[in-house]
Amino acid sequence: MTTPKIRIRGLKKSFGDKVVLDGIDLDIAPGTSMVVIGGSGSGKSVLLKCILGLIEPDAGSIEIDGLDLARADRAEREAARGEIGMLFQNGALFDSLNVWENVAFGLMAQGRMGRAQGRAHAASMLAQVGLAESVGDLSPAELSGGMQKRVALARAIASQPQILFFDEPTTGLDPIMGAVIDGLIVDCVKRLGSTAIAITHDMASAKRIGDQAAMLFDGRVIWQDSADRLLESGNPMVDQFTHGRRDGPIHMALRK
Amino acid sequence: MNAVADLPGALGRLVLNFLGAIGSTVLFGVSGLSHVVRPPFYGRLFWRSFIDFAYFSLPVVAMTAIFSGMVIALQSYTGFARYGATSAVANIVLISVVRELAPVLAGLMVAGRVGAAMAAELGTMRVTDQIDALRTLSTDPMKYLIAPRLLAGLLALPLLVLVADILGVMGGFLVATAKLGFSSHSYLTNSVNFLHWNDVLLSLVKGAVFGLLVSLMGCYHGFNSRGGAQGVGAATTSAVVSASILILAFDYALTELFFAR
Repeated sequence: MTTPKIRIRGLKKSFGDKVVLDGIDLDIAPGTSMVVIGGSGSGKSVLLKCILGLIEPDAGSIEIDGLDLARADRAEREAARGEIGMLFQNGALFDSLNVWENVAFGLMAQGRMGRAQGRAHAASMLAQVGLAESVGDLSPAELSGGMQKRVALARAIASQPQILFFDEPTTGLDPIMGAVIDGLIVDCVKRLGSTAIAITHDMASAKRIGDQAAMLFDGRVIWQDSADRLLESGNPMVDQFTHGRRDGPIHMALRK
Repeated sequence: MNAVADLPGALGRLVLNFLGAIGSTVLFGVSGLSHVVRPPFYGRLFWRSFIDFAYFSLPVVAMTAIFSGMVIALQSYTGFARYGATSAVANIVLISVVRELAPVLAGLMVAGRVGAAMAAELGTMRVTDQIDALRTLSTDPMKYLIAPRLLAGLLALPLLVLVADILGVMGGFLVATAKLGFSSHSYLTNSVNFLHWNDVLLSLVKGAVFGLLVSLMGCYHGFNSRGGAQGVGAATTSAVVSASILILAFDYALTELFFAR
């Protein structure tokens, strides 16, 4: 049996009394795109941040290529996490740098490229997401939301990572631009042969990006199957969520 | 009754929170400074912070210093005239400006200008995930964002204070010679003769300490801000208020250290 690219076991995280992750178990095979869906506050972003090391989990294990990150030494942990590219929900572009410096930032910061080489590499990455080289000299504030997402995607793939994370990649975009970004994501993942995790509320996007899908509810994975079955999962909770039904087993906590 | 019974507990929590905040600020500062001497170094970022700190603060610090020196000359003259001791005006202007006014006012001005800007910039980076993005790009935010700013504060404010020392004394000189009838030669001779290297040293040491405090408070509050635009606003306010209070507290401590007999 193939070792999963990412294996998560019993992952728990609480913030004060609020239990966000309550024993997550998840395996993601190499080269697979996994879409994680779930309501707001269900812990999707916390899950990604735990894998990235931005949040320390309370319990459980995260393995990348069989390496348990909690037990690995610092250099191994940093090397494993250095293979992850991340597209943040709002792009998170550095507004003190122009576009090409954003795209080549990681490679230049690690000393793998000088400025001249970084600039050329950034132009090539921008071309891969459909942006002209001249965009490289603009500042992020001069870009539209869709262009910022493309630049953020170019930055995420610049180091050709083995793993890519996408945090709500189409949020805030119109349906056409959302489909364009999804197409770029699928192209990039296929070209790099990367393993991907995307979290989204957008079912159309989920079906376009994902090979596999999982749903989080109450801090646990309650369903996992092929992404093609998202809209006909047979699970009443998943069906309520994916069809956006008001009535069903999931009751949103509303203050009256 | 319950409120009274809970008072010791509330006070205890307050003290613990206060001590916890001091501890985390000190650890943050030590961690940031430790990156100053450990590679990789981000020279471009240091220069950007240094120029922002020193060059762009120069006009506001210069104006403050000149007017302060002028006011001290005027006030000390009117006060000392009652005792026939107006000859001490040059000395009083010198000692007031060099020992106290130049470092303290430069520190407070820079806290309002640079400390606030640092907190706002880092706070915005925090709430827009830019700091998390740095970490995903294998870059330590303490090394990339904090260390250059701390070093810039430590080195830039002494230079500003030196300029403020000179301009403050110049302000007093202008008022004394143009308005109060002092001879320029005797005023300058008095000032030079009265000046002691210890005064200048104290001025520069205060500048370095205050510069570090301004940077530390700006970085600490910005880096740890939470909760969107409101959190960034609160971080900015906290950075300026805490830096201002610490400047005045450390001003007393350093004066006590240098001149207490």
